[in-house]
Amino acid sequence: MLAFLVRRVLIMVPTLIAISIITFVIIQLPPGDYLSSYIAELESQGESVDPARIAALRAQYGLDLSATEQYLVWVGGLLQGDLGFSFEYQQPVTEVVGDRLFLTVVLNAATILFIWVVAFPIGIYSATHQYSWGDYGLTLLGFIGLATPNFLLALVLLYLGNVWFGTSIGGMMDPAYIHQPWSTDKALSVLEHLWVPVVVIGTSGTAGMIRRLRANMLDELHKPYVVTARAKGLGPMRRLVKYPLRTALNPFVADIGNLLPQVVSGSAIVSMVLSLPTTGPMLIAALQSQDMYLAGSFLIFLALLTVIGMFLSDLALAWLDPRIRLGAGTGR
Amino acid sequence: MIPARPAAAPPLLQLRSVRIGFDLPEGQLIAVRDVSFSVPHGGVVALVGESGSGKTVVSQSIMGLLPRRARILGGEILFADPDTPGTVVDIARLPAEGRQIRRLRGRRISIIFQEPMTSLSTLHTVGNQVREAVEVHRLATGRLAEELAHDMLHRTGFPDPARAYRAYPFELSGGLRQRAMIAMALVCRPALLIADEPTTALDVTVQARILKLLRDLRSELGMTMLMITHDLGVVATVADEAVVMFRGEIMESGAIDDIYRRPGHPYLKALMAAVPRFNMGRDERLVPLREIGPAGGRLLAPRDEDPATGPPAGDPDPVLLRVDRVCMSYAARRGGRLTALDDVSFDVRRGECLGIVGESGCGKTTLARIIMRALQPDSGVVRYAADRESPGPVEALARFRREVQFVFQDPFGSLNPRMTVFDIVSEPLVIHGIGDHASRRAMVSELMQAVGLDIRHLTRYPHSFSGGQRQRIAIARALALRPRLLVCDEPVSALDVSIQAQILNLLRDLRGALDLTYIFISHNLAVVDYIADRIAVLCAGRLVELAPRDVLFARPVHPYTRALLSAVPEPDPDRPLDFNALADPRQSIPSEWPMPFRSDDRHHPGLVDVGDGHLVRAAHAP
Repeated sequence: MLAFLVRRVLIMVPTLIAISIITFVIIQLPPGDYLSSYIAELESQGESVDPARIAALRAQYGLDLSATEQYLVWVGGLLQGDLGFSFEYQQPVTEVVGDRLFLTVVLNAATILFIWVVAFPIGIYSATHQYSWGDYGLTLLGFIGLATPNFLLALVLLYLGNVWFGTSIGGMMDPAYIHQPWSTDKALSVLEHLWVPVVVIGTSGTAGMIRRLRANMLDELHKPYVVTARAKGLGPMRRLVKYPLRTALNPFVADIGNLLPQVVSGSAIVSMVLSLPTTGPMLIAALQSQDMYLAGSFLIFLALLTVIGMFLSDLALAWLDPRIRLGAGTGR
Repeated sequence: MIPARPAAAPPLLQLRSVRIGFDLPEGQLIAVRDVSFSVPHGGVVALVGESGSGKTVVSQSIMGLLPRRARILGGEILFADPDTPGTVVDIARLPAEGRQIRRLRGRRISIIFQEPMTSLSTLHTVGNQVREAVEVHRLATGRLAEELAHDMLHRTGFPDPARAYRAYPFELSGGLRQRAMIAMALVCRPALLIADEPTTALDVTVQARILKLLRDLRSELGMTMLMITHDLGVVATVADEAVVMFRGEIMESGAIDDIYRRPGHPYLKALMAAVPRFNMGRDERLVPLREIGPAGGRLLAPRDEDPATGPPAGDPDPVLLRVDRVCMSYAARRGGRLTALDDVSFDVRRGECLGIVGESGCGKTTLARIIMRALQPDSGVVRYAADRESPGPVEALARFRREVQFVFQDPFGSLNPRMTVFDIVSEPLVIHGIGDHASRRAMVSELMQAVGLDIRHLTRYPHSFSGGQRQRIAIARALALRPRLLVCDEPVSALDVSIQAQILNLLRDLRGALDLTYIFISHNLAVVDYIADRIAVLCAGRLVELAPRDVLFARPVHPYTRALLSAVPEPDPDRPLDFNALADPRQSIPSEWPMPFRSDDRHHPGLVDVGDGHLVRAAHAP
């Protein structure tokens, strides 16, 4: 088990290095840099730009270095916790991102929790009551959830939230608390606002998970080992939870790694519609203005989430499934 | 209160006119009709039948484990629990998930299944699953439950119960898994044990040990057994009474002696005649329930008339294929190598049928793959007679692929479900670019007749055929290129007894009619005995004995061969298994064999000729 852990952690290192290189290349891919798009913007407004000042800025930001040197500087900074400097905001990236990263994590953790809490009972019910009216009804709801565009759902829920609960439209907290230090009231306000984006972002994920859980459970429900459990005299509920559900869990645990980045990037459009102070909209803006270090930090953050998610799901799988832990095939 | 049973105590289990139907989309199917029999206290009753006879459905109804679409339409299943004398429960009337039936299940009536790997949960330890049965019925908890589980694992023959308790099923061998399953079924000391094909998935030597275990435990724990099986040999070995089912109805029932000596019903007689037995006369034929008459035709005629591929006249090399000192090993998971084949050599003579016998893991499938040139051995070669005549290795391989064909074990997996029978049978001709459409059609028709199938079925897909018919399609495909050598890897082990007889007869007839040579691989000694001229015995990757069929059965020399022969239960109550002779599991471990047979790091015995072409792996003639 220890060897497995060490091996698994060691694999993460080259993965992260490769990802950082690819991220950097992608950021560098569009022609020009932040300054050239800044100049173009100024010139379109009829202002002249002093070439000497531009050169000075270039040198200051390190944009005159070769791509390799720029990469090394950037990665060196990352390792020391220095995310670099945002040209657009004229502030260190850490300060620009600020609460956003934290709020993003809160939002997405809440969403994943929502998906699981809703999808599990429904999926299990659908599987154990296959082809019943309940199954059909829930399946229909699931398909509607899959088919409705997120932003439309966002608008509808915002309207309903405002009309029924009087919650202010958009944002993740009441406007009064923005830029205020954290307090109990601010946290409560966040919770009050959280449910709309959570439902919006989580709906399609929930619907998808219900379908998969139902299919997985149906595969397992009639396996011989379930019959054995029945022959032992186990009651329906205990049997279900101990055997088929346990086996059906594997694909979900394996899925955690995919879930994290998917939810994070999937929330960008919704966040723009809902004007949420999460990382999604900022990432898009940073990519547009070629705000290199800001965009790079976001992309690395996403990559880190993926890699960590995969690591966690591998750990959980090894914990859940002795076949993986003990390194055995499914030999007959 | 007088605990003594009244004179006319009811039998432990009694079925009265049980009818079971399945609700299918196309209407109701009656799977079991008017089945009545009883299982007396302490007896062993065997429920015998082929697949589709309804024997498993009957066993499920006794446990209340019928699938959701099945319903008991009538009759009674009366269970007289000896723990509560005087009360009789009608299981047929209990709700399937009710408290009453759950109190019986696993506690008073237990079941063990055919496939211990899938019947045990892979994610839970053996100990967890064994003690669960105790805990569910609130017979014990905590330490006591664990002790009960340990005790039962010990009784079922685990050398180290504590280790088995912590093990996961996939860490155990097939035989030990079935022991774990038995421990789980018996840990609550049930009055009735239902064993549903408990040894069908196991090797013969393991089967013999499990049968012995069941017999011992039965007398030790004083339980009654209902054994469900298709194997008449197993029935003769363990049962007192037998109930023979066919298509959902009871054909015949009675004491074992009566059943075997005076079979009354034509079905039972036919079944008996279809089972291959040892020491059948050379010309004696099995009688399948329905004989198929193969008809050879012009296109399939022996090749002698064909100058292009025929052997050079006057000098027929008697050896068609030579396997020479083949060794093969696989990389094992935890480092090291796993030896699959160790110095295997033999000849296949033109026109003979060479049987290769061995238990699972002995390397017989690896050997078949090496012979087919699907695997490259680590060392050693397989020479095919015609290789020398080919100008180069490419031509030699092309010719080899035409002349050597393979028949697989599983007729369900070996036929592409998306191809019609015509496409399947003609595919080899297409691959090798032989003939045009018209000639292929003629060839396929002739092949279908050769294996006794209706040529009107050529446009059908494999799913509309039974297992036996599919295997015949697979044989037709293998014959399409008019091969010289047919390698059959367990071709009948997935089939029912009566179908098995049909296929064996077909292979026998085709061999004579088409001048074929066979390599016939099987774990079933009686089947190999029926079809082979010479038999090679494989154990742990080693060829331990090779002899003409009569010699091998009359004078087996190697200890493993002897163990193998003594472990086969025969369908004859006069020749029961000698359980005491086969209790030793060391007979299949080469380093445990006595001298001069021992094979380990220091001893590398070769093959010794003891006369009559009888070869034994030993340091010197024993």
